[in-house]
Amino acid sequence: MSVVMLSLTGLCALLIISILFFILGYLVWNGGKSLSWDFFTRLPAPVGEAGGGMANAIVGTLKLLLIASLMGIPIGVIGGIYLSEYGGRVFGFIVRYTTDLLNGVPSIVVGIFAYSLIVLHTKHFSTLAGGFALGVMMIPITLRSTEDFLLAVPRTLREGAMALGASKWKTITSVVIPAAYRGILTAVLLALARVSGETAPLLFTAFSNRYWSPGWNQPTASLPVMIYTYAIAPYEDWHRQAWAAGVVLLGLVLAANIIARTVLSRGIAVPR
Amino acid sequence: MATIPIAPDSAGPALASRSLARRLVSGDQVAHLFTLIFAASVILITSLLFYELWINSALSRAKFGWAFFYTQNWDPIFEQFGARPFIYGTLVTSALALLIAVPFGLGAAIFLAELAPAKISDALTFVIELLAAVPSVIYGLLGIFLVVPFVREILGPALKKTFGFTPLFTGPVYGVSYLTAGLVLAIMVAPYIISVSREVLMAVPNDQREAALSLGSTRWEATWKVVVPYARTGILGSIFLALARALGETMAVTMVIGNVPKVDLSLLAPGYTIAAVIANEFSEAAGNLYFSALVELGLVLFLLTFILNGLARLLIYATTQRGAANP
Repeated sequence: MSVVMLSLTGLCALLIISILFFILGYLVWNGGKSLSWDFFTRLPAPVGEAGGGMANAIVGTLKLLLIASLMGIPIGVIGGIYLSEYGGRVFGFIVRYTTDLLNGVPSIVVGIFAYSLIVLHTKHFSTLAGGFALGVMMIPITLRSTEDFLLAVPRTLREGAMALGASKWKTITSVVIPAAYRGILTAVLLALARVSGETAPLLFTAFSNRYWSPGWNQPTASLPVMIYTYAIAPYEDWHRQAWAAGVVLLGLVLAANIIARTVLSRGIAVPR
Repeated sequence: MATIPIAPDSAGPALASRSLARRLVSGDQVAHLFTLIFAASVILITSLLFYELWINSALSRAKFGWAFFYTQNWDPIFEQFGARPFIYGTLVTSALALLIAVPFGLGAAIFLAELAPAKISDALTFVIELLAAVPSVIYGLLGIFLVVPFVREILGPALKKTFGFTPLFTGPVYGVSYLTAGLVLAIMVAPYIISVSREVLMAVPNDQREAALSLGSTRWEATWKVVVPYARTGILGSIFLALARALGETMAVTMVIGNVPKVDLSLLAPGYTIAAVIANEFSEAAGNLYFSALVELGLVLFLLTFILNGLARLLIYATTQRGAANP
């Protein structure tokens, strides 16, 4: 009985791990044969024509991530500093709890939020609105992991700095943050990886675009939305390109995750 | 412990105010206030989010009241909006996902926390956390081209043949269905159940295991009758967390559920979910009432996940604290 049940749990783990490798394998096999130089350098072909690429979607995703970072990184990192260094018992708990709840808000609801706050007033879809939605999603991830990484800095370091007469703020900026900077980078990279694959909040904020999107006030294409529209379209050639985009997106996300979790955070425990 | 307690100023008010001035000059109070503002902005954003959902759904809430939740008819042309098919679809797909993911996820978590050597456990957990990082649109892509054909050609007909006498597995098999969405969701939420459950299982103090083993129980009995019950609140928390994710998941479900606004008892029939209808119709919602009805659906989703996440966090905080170990 004992042996049977215990090996069953092992089977469960094996099954779930094998799903990951199956997903990876299938995606790489399917997307790999569709990837070409054109994919990275050309605009989408007119509907019905084969060929073309997703250059505008790649640039669009980068622009969206830039806006999201401008909003998500400062609030996340500085908010994290507050929680770990100053956070009072009650107010700290409230901020922490709200952050966790914000983290759990479905991404489509964040999309509605960005739509009613920005699109409804500017009257058109834009990179700005999409970036805002992604920025809102970045905040809780960055904030909580920054806090965890800062808390992992040994207390003796802080005490040492203060014993030398440094003010609290001086201690934070010249001792605590340098000691935890790789952790903070990890936090930021993980947050970027997470939002770069988000589709739902972009559907009605950044919308989509088959051409280049100049400036920040036009609808823009992005990789995840392109995967979605191409996958549900009835054209064989679009499916091929959806797989290619899938491989590129997954490659980016997994690479960011692996770099963050292994290289950057070597020697420090990655809190989740 | 991050903060260093400073003894309260016992000197007179004059001295206290002088020390306040000095701290202002050295920038400490300014820095405190500065970081506080950024932290408080999280509360502001969350309240603003709720506020926007609330006022933008006012029209629909006033017109339909509670009937919104149980009427069937979703008709943008005649401006009749009832959310029952979406609520039903959301609940059914999430329940299916948990039904599949919980046993497997819990099994895997037990293996990782109790049996596997630390090195192997860490490596496997790393891989499982990568699985959680895969974007949902990629699961949708694989869902369309792998799971939908699998349900249409193999699983659907087989279920119909064996369980066709129940109303759960009847009607034509299109491939897109509640069941397909449930399967895809199960794969998506399993990593959350595993990584959180593993953590709470690992936070169970070792003397619990040792006591059970010394009383003569087998390894499995010690795990199943002592360790798992000890961690049950945390495990329940992980399940709530997974449920909240499943309820709010949009892309993968939209791509495989078929998007038909009907309530159908058969799990092989196509359906619709709250998140999917918002994704499909929001950008083309003409008319204030239509828009407002979709925002109200968003509000429902927001409140559901808010409550579930709130409970889940409290349960997880409670267990990992009681375990007194570093999770």
